[in-house]
Amino acid sequence: MTAVLPSRPAVERPTGGRLIDQFEYGLDAPICLTWELTYACNLACVHCLSSSGRRDPRELSTAEAEAVIDELQRMQVFYVNVGGGEPTVRPDFWHLLDYAIGHDVGVKFSTNGVKLDKVRAAQLARTDYVDVQISLDGATAEVNDRVRGAGSFATATKALENLAEAGMKDFKVSVVVTRENAGQLDEFKALTDSYGAQLRITRLRPSGRGADVWEQLHPTMAQQKDLYSWLLANGEHVLTGDSFFHLSAFGEALPGLNLCGAGRVVCLIDPVGDVYACPFAIHEDFLAGNVRSPGGFQQVWQQSELFADLRNPQTGGACTKCQHFDSCRGGCMAAKFFTGLPLDGPDPECVQGYGESALAARDTELVTPRSHLDHSHTGPVRGQPTLLGMPAIPPAKICDESPLAGLQLG
Amino acid sequence: MTSPAPASSTTDAAVTDPSVFDPELPWQRARSVALRPEPFGALVYHFGTRKLSFLKSKTLVRVVETLADHPTATAALLACEVPEAQRPTYVRALADLARSQMIETRT
Ligand code: SF4
Ligand code: SF4
Repeated sequence: MTAVLPSRPAVERPTGGRLIDQFEYGLDAPICLTWELTYACNLACVHCLSSSGRRDPRELSTAEAEAVIDELQRMQVFYVNVGGGEPTVRPDFWHLLDYAIGHDVGVKFSTNGVKLDKVRAAQLARTDYVDVQISLDGATAEVNDRVRGAGSFATATKALENLAEAGMKDFKVSVVVTRENAGQLDEFKALTDSYGAQLRITRLRPSGRGADVWEQLHPTMAQQKDLYSWLLANGEHVLTGDSFFHLSAFGEALPGLNLCGAGRVVCLIDPVGDVYACPFAIHEDFLAGNVRSPGGFQQVWQQSELFADLRNPQTGGACTKCQHFDSCRGGCMAAKFFTGLPLDGPDPECVQGYGESALAARDTELVTPRSHLDHSHTGPVRGQPTLLGMPAIPPAKICDESPLAGLQLG
Repeated sequence: MTSPAPASSTTDAAVTDPSVFDPELPWQRARSVALRPEPFGALVYHFGTRKLSFLKSKTLVRVVETLADHPTATAALLACEVPEAQRPTYVRALADLARSQMIETRT
C-alpha cells in the first residue's frame, strides 16, 4: 500500500529547530483531524471532495461515534473538524455535538446550512466550543448555484442570517476558490462582514468529484497571482486553513504552516471509520486503518506503516532543487496524486509553471487514480448543479431524494 | 490546517511588554489551558479562545507546568535550571504565552 510514496529514508527526529521541521516527523496526536460523519448529503456539489450523496450502510453507529470521541479525549485531540456529506442530516448529529463538547473535544463543523433554522442557530449561539462554517462557493447565487445546485445560495445565506440574528460569534463562511469565483474575493469579504462572520477560503483539489471538474474550475495562473496578492493584503482577516502554501513560491511566504500535513498533523476519519492521511486523499493508497480495529484510532495514528512513511521529510525529487522548496514544499500531495503526477515532483498548480509542463508531459494513455469510493446520488437531485450542462429537474418526491430515506428513526 | 500562532517560537518581534508580563510576579498555566506532550515539547490549547500554541522545548514545558509552584516566573526559570544565557529567550516565550492568555497571574 505504501509503494506509491517516493522513497523517504527514515530519519531520526532532530531536537530543537523550527516547528515546521518538527511537524514533518509527525505528532503523537493530530492537530487537524477531520471527521466526516456521513456520506449522505442533500446537495450534489460538482466538486465534492468525498463524492458524497448517499449514506453508507456501514457508517459508525452512535455508540461507535461516542467511543471515537472518548478516544480523542484520551489522546487530547482538543477539537475536530466535522464534515461529511452533510453532517447535520445525521439524526444523532446534535447529540454527538453535545457529547464531544462534554468530553473536551471542541467541534468545528461545516454545513451547507440546510438544518440551521432559527431554533438550531439559537442553540449553537448558546453552546461554547462549537464553531460553524457555512459553505458558499459564489458571492452571488448565480456563481454559487452553478456548482452547488439551485437554491443552495438561498439556503446558505438564510443560515447565515439565522446565526447572525441569534448572536452567534465567530462563525465562518467557507469558500473553495474556483475559476468562476476567484474574481469575487472582495464581494465574499463584504458579504461575510455583513453577517459579522469571518471569511475562510481554501483551495480546490482534484479529489472526489473534484477530479471531474478540476480542469475546468481550478484557478488560472493569473488568478493564482491575484489571489496571492490579495492574501498578502488581506490575509490577516481571512482564514485559509494554510491551504495555499504552494502560492508562497510567488515570493514572500504566506503566513501559517507551509507544509503538507497529511498523516503528520492532519488526517481524516471517514463515515465508516476508515482513517486516511488527509480528507482530500480518500483513496486506498492513503488508507491507514480503521477505528473499529483493535487499538482503535490511536493505534492507527501512532503505528500505521503508511503514516510512518509520510513522517519522513522529502529528500529527493525535482522540487528539492527548487529555490522555493522551503516555503512551497512541492505543494499538495493529493493534488499531485489525483492528477497523476509524481508525489515528489511539482504541484499541478506550481506557480513557477512546472506543474503545467508536467501535466502536459503526462502519458496520453495515463489513467489518473480514482477513489474506490463513490457515494454520489445515482438519481436526479433537486436543484442539480448546472455547471456540467445538466438541465435542472423539477423536485422529485421527497423519498427519492432524501439521503436518509428509509432510515427515519422512531 | 488552522493557523496556529506559535507563540513560543517568535523571537525577534516579541518585545517584552511589562504590562503584559512581569517575570517577578507569580504566574500559572491558565485554568482553561491544557498541555499535550509532544516529542519536541508540547502543544498548548486554550479552550476559551480556541487558540493553539506550541512549546518548543521540554524545559519550557517544565517551566510552564511548574510556574504555579514558585513565587515568581524568574524563580521557576531558576528551578528548571534554564541557563543564564537562554533566560531572555525564555522570558520572551513566557511573555508571548501571557499575551495569548496561555498563562495568567496568580492571586
Ligand atoms: S495532501 Fe494536500 S490537502 Fe492534504 S494535507 Fe497535504 S497539502 Fe494539505
Ligand atoms: S518546482 Fe516544486 S517547490 Fe518549486 S515552486 Fe514548483 S511546486 Fe513549488
